[in-house]
Amino acid sequence: MSLDFSTSLAGRRFPNPIFTASGCAGSGKELSQFFDLTDLGAIVTKSIMIKPRSGRATPRMAETPSGMLNSIGLQGPGIDLFLENDIPWLRDQGARIIVSIAGESVEDYAVLARKLRHVSGISALEVNISCPNVENRGQVFACDPATAADAISTVRRNIGGELPIIAKLSPDVTDIVSIATSVVSAGADGLALINTLLGMVIDTSSMRPKLSQKTGGLSGPAIRPVAVRAIYQVHAALPKVPILGMGGVACGRDALELVLAGASAVSVGTATFGDPTASIRVKNELEVLCEQRGFNSFSDLVGYAHRAEEANEHE
Amino acid sequence: MAREGWAMINPKAEQITSEILSNKKVGSYNHMVFAVTDLAAHARPGNFVAIAVGGPASSMVLRRAFAIYRSSIRADGQGLLELVVAASGAGSTWLTSQKVGDTVDLIAPLGTSFGIPTEPVRSLLIGGGYGSAPLFALAETLKARGCRVDMVLGASTAAKIYAPLEGKRSVSSLTITTDDGSAGVQGRVSDVIPRIIKDNDVEIIYSCGPMAMLEAITKIADSFDVLHQCSVEESMACGIGVCMTCVLPVLQDDGTIRMTRTCIDGPVMDGSKVTWTTSREIPEGVWGK
Repeated sequence: MSLDFSTSLAGRRFPNPIFTASGCAGSGKELSQFFDLTDLGAIVTKSIMIKPRSGRATPRMAETPSGMLNSIGLQGPGIDLFLENDIPWLRDQGARIIVSIAGESVEDYAVLARKLRHVSGISALEVNISCPNVENRGQVFACDPATAADAISTVRRNIGGELPIIAKLSPDVTDIVSIATSVVSAGADGLALINTLLGMVIDTSSMRPKLSQKTGGLSGPAIRPVAVRAIYQVHAALPKVPILGMGGVACGRDALELVLAGASAVSVGTATFGDPTASIRVKNELEVLCEQRGFNSFSDLVGYAHRAEEANEHE
Repeated sequence: MAREGWAMINPKAEQITSEILSNKKVGSYNHMVFAVTDLAAHARPGNFVAIAVGGPASSMVLRRAFAIYRSSIRADGQGLLELVVAASGAGSTWLTSQKVGDTVDLIAPLGTSFGIPTEPVRSLLIGGGYGSAPLFALAETLKARGCRVDMVLGASTAAKIYAPLEGKRSVSSLTITTDDGSAGVQGRVSDVIPRIIKDNDVEIIYSCGPMAMLEAITKIADSFDVLHQCSVEESMACGIGVCMTCVLPVLQDDGTIRMTRTCIDGPVMDGSKVTWTTSREIPEGVWGK
């Protein structure tokens, strides 16, 4: 029997559950030289802001054990050029598109949502309220249930009823379940878990922080257990809310781990930097692992790790 | 398919598993030869390769970028890429410790290449440390076009000068500088190049090496009103244009200065268009600051 590898996320259907991760695939153009973008469930574009943005000064990157720090600072062309150039190109490729947006204020999110509401060919909106590389880390929306809800409800009001909203949350919080509950109440149809963790590397030769802006977001396999934990906790609390999981997925086994924790789809991010075809390899490996475990439908594996206590009771 | 204003990866770039055919210590460096496909025929001086390091269970998640020293197709049709690798960090140390017959995952050719003039010109090639690597193939190409080629190589000490005999054949003159005076002229490349520019009436400078050296050469090139193509060295995570870590502020054709990917729009850039800075801040006037 063949496996039904399709998945549903925030009310939309995708032919398979492996996506790119925001900020790790540009708008797909570069990766299209290595594989057909339609082979992935969806392309999640780099978080776009209202205006062109230079990002932060270099050094912006430091490799760490099984991971890396980045402080790109949301470099990008701004929403107008993005809609003019990137979206039509992605649509021409036939790719399923999830647009990621980021703002510095609640009003920014309103403007971005209004610009996107009538754009055709978009499957969902990822609302990045958790980028650590903003001027004032204290104002990351996703660090407080009220401000997180404020940003999400603003997008909900301005986007109209059609386009699903996926709220991207930070693991750098005391209680991620309370943030998740808050943004779902505010109108999020799904959750993206997790963004990078804030970190720092000090260069012991120069004896000062390696990154120009001192701190950066930690990604890569080093953070995978944090992602698994966050997804597991949120899925346990909100089992009906679909989760797009990400955090250090480098192979099919890693993706399966996030799925078992409760992710309905999985984004491959940092692994793409080391291997342009990582997402395709993860997809193929995950499909084999699902079949090997005797499942006919991928969706039956979502959150399967949560059954553990129940199974033990029957022993 | 490629659109105007949207730079692309070299369309001939391939990701392949490549066997190491040779790995020899030369001074402070390793000269390594890799078996590749006919992508070797499309590699130009200035292009680079991105190699995965540490093996499948490695904790090093990012590729390492190396300028191509030489590329060729052997008589039997086998494509070859040659690199000069300095074992500086854990990744390059791993690579230089690989044995003949071992394989690596590499992507090549990547990035821009040195522009070759259509008319014979008087050129000066300047390399810092292993930055000399891409200059020898460039010298051959220029020589074949009838260009005069003078070369200056600088390093901290003699062992860090990479100047193989066969590489010197295309060069009219070779000047070496070392900080410690252990070879050639004691001092820096910037101490000797004004005289060479004047003596030989140099029309174009090609350079590769540390950023501070490239900045110093840019100032000299500008003062003599000489063209300057430099291969920059900004640390990269991916090498294929998606990570946005390897950016520099570069003047664009539309008059704006933008944070520009050196893996796609570089590594070879027009030195006079780069806003050289060591301030760890985005310079004033950059688009989107």
